[in-house]
Amino acid sequence: MINMIKKRENWVKIHITILESSQRASNLPEDTKKVPLEAWINGFMEKEGKIGEIVEIRTLSGRTVKGTLVEINPRYTHDFGNPVPELLRIGPELKKELEEGDDL
Amino acid sequence: MMYEEILKNKNKIIQKAVGIDYSKFEIEGVAFDYDRMMREASYTIDEMKQIQFETQIGNTPLVELKNLTKLVRKHSKKGKGARIFLKDEAANSSGSFKDRRASISVYHAKKNGYKGVIAATSGNYGAAVASQAAKRGMRSIIVQEAFDSHHVGQPEILEKGRACEAYGAEVVQLTVGPELFYYTLKLLDETGYFNASLYTPFGIAGIETLGYEIAEQTKNRFGKFPDTVLVTHAGGGNVTGTARGLRLAGATSTKIVGVSVDLRGLHMASDHDFNRKSFTTGHTGFGIPFAAYPDRVDVPRNAARSLRYLDRYVLVSQGEVFFTTEALAQVEGMMRGPAGNTSLTAAFVIAAEMDEDQILVVQETEYTGAGKLPSAQLTFAKQMGVIVKNGDPVKEDVPGKVIVIPESIDQIDIIEYPLENMKKSYVKEVIKAYNRKVFSDTEIKFMADDTRSQVKEIESKLEEVLTDGKA
Repeated sequence: MINMIKKRENWVKIHITILESSQRASNLPEDTKKVPLEAWINGFMEKEGKIGEIVEIRTLSGRTVKGTLVEINPRYTHDFGNPVPELLRIGPELKKELEEGDDL
Repeated sequence: MMYEEILKNKNKIIQKAVGIDYSKFEIEGVAFDYDRMMREASYTIDEMKQIQFETQIGNTPLVELKNLTKLVRKHSKKGKGARIFLKDEAANSSGSFKDRRASISVYHAKKNGYKGVIAATSGNYGAAVASQAAKRGMRSIIVQEAFDSHHVGQPEILEKGRACEAYGAEVVQLTVGPELFYYTLKLLDETGYFNASLYTPFGIAGIETLGYEIAEQTKNRFGKFPDTVLVTHAGGGNVTGTARGLRLAGATSTKIVGVSVDLRGLHMASDHDFNRKSFTTGHTGFGIPFAAYPDRVDVPRNAARSLRYLDRYVLVSQGEVFFTTEALAQVEGMMRGPAGNTSLTAAFVIAAEMDEDQILVVQETEYTGAGKLPSAQLTFAKQMGVIVKNGDPVKEDVPGKVIVIPESIDQIDIIEYPLENMKKSYVKEVIKAYNRKVFSDTEIKFMADDTRSQVKEIESKLEEVLTDGKA
């Protein structure tokens, strides 16, 4: 698949395991201690590579970092969310209250 | 270098990366010369104004919130309800007061020949450092705690990561855990970049201009300094810098009130709890421990020492801050925050305690947008299984489990967190950190200054804590 092979200069995301769970600090809560410390970094591919392979990237600060290729053209996933019913009446209520003040 | 080795070399790496020889400010044990450190290791207010002017920071508008003031007065006793003003810090280059902190650090780094800057932060500070680095032609790396172990990211932190990248920073996004500090040290060692820590004298002094401007703006417009300034309180920098700036401008009797979002009960290093909070800063997870033990940070001596400046400390709930954020947009036409609206939330209650002719200033706002808006945060909270409902936050709020949005201003209240409790925790932490029961007169005098207490109070707290320990 053409998407799987990415050439030099493509913008990608890599994954690195920084510390295995056994290497983690001793003073952590149990839920944190039992999982590894992981990192994700974006950068430009230095050479060709496929998703799941160890690749080398050049980051925006100019560092060269090695890690597992996980995403090509990584997307920003956060958004504005849904309208929240619990918030929607606040504005109209406050406006009503302000208008009532004017009648006094 | 691996974990142990990096931590062993911590002091050496940090000293090289901040360029301050902290040892020259040490006096004895817990005692060090704080005032001398702030004087000698940083810049004067005039120098900082110039540095910040060069990079589009400061002189932000002080906006009167007439409609919110009117609403507060409708719910106050006759003659009560101070005029509420908001310092629109979102008008700084990258959209928050953090630009003030970053500007001095980045300027200093450039002047001293560093090629780049590194900051460990999941907050607005990252964007501020990245933006300032861009303006001064430097490289930057921002290290964020961004995901839980299922690779689910906190939307507000993801937005800040995007902003950092938009300003040209390399962003390292980590899973939950304090070893973020280890990875930051490793990067400092590898790159030789400047450590733009939030807690150096530069990081704190940069905020002095904010307090200074507030004093000047109210003095010029109303012929007097503000009666009360509300400051969102996290690591202590905002309180410390703002209060110092106000004092420097002559506003010595202005009351400083710290405000944090109440997240008590959530563990800040817990993989599970991480995504069950809608606020990533300005909360008790920083506010309480950093006030009680400032030197827990990534530099040998923290320049943010909030107990020196706080007159009062109060807590508000997440739901109340969302209500306030909505109110600010709907009746004042300002879409900001939410985290930056923490102290504005307390203004509903504190303004109502004050007289009509008094001036209350809320000292910050922050930019908002995808990931940050209440709609983004509350949609995420619901996805994570947190209950979101209307009701009385004072009775029903449970951090990490239930977010309660008030239905009217009457349901907004504050929780007083006694400064006495924090001072006692401070003494406890000193005993623990220095593993001693006896402290010299010099050390006790320092602890008194560091907590705005009398020597006698510290002596009795030491005795109290040591007796408790034996029981």
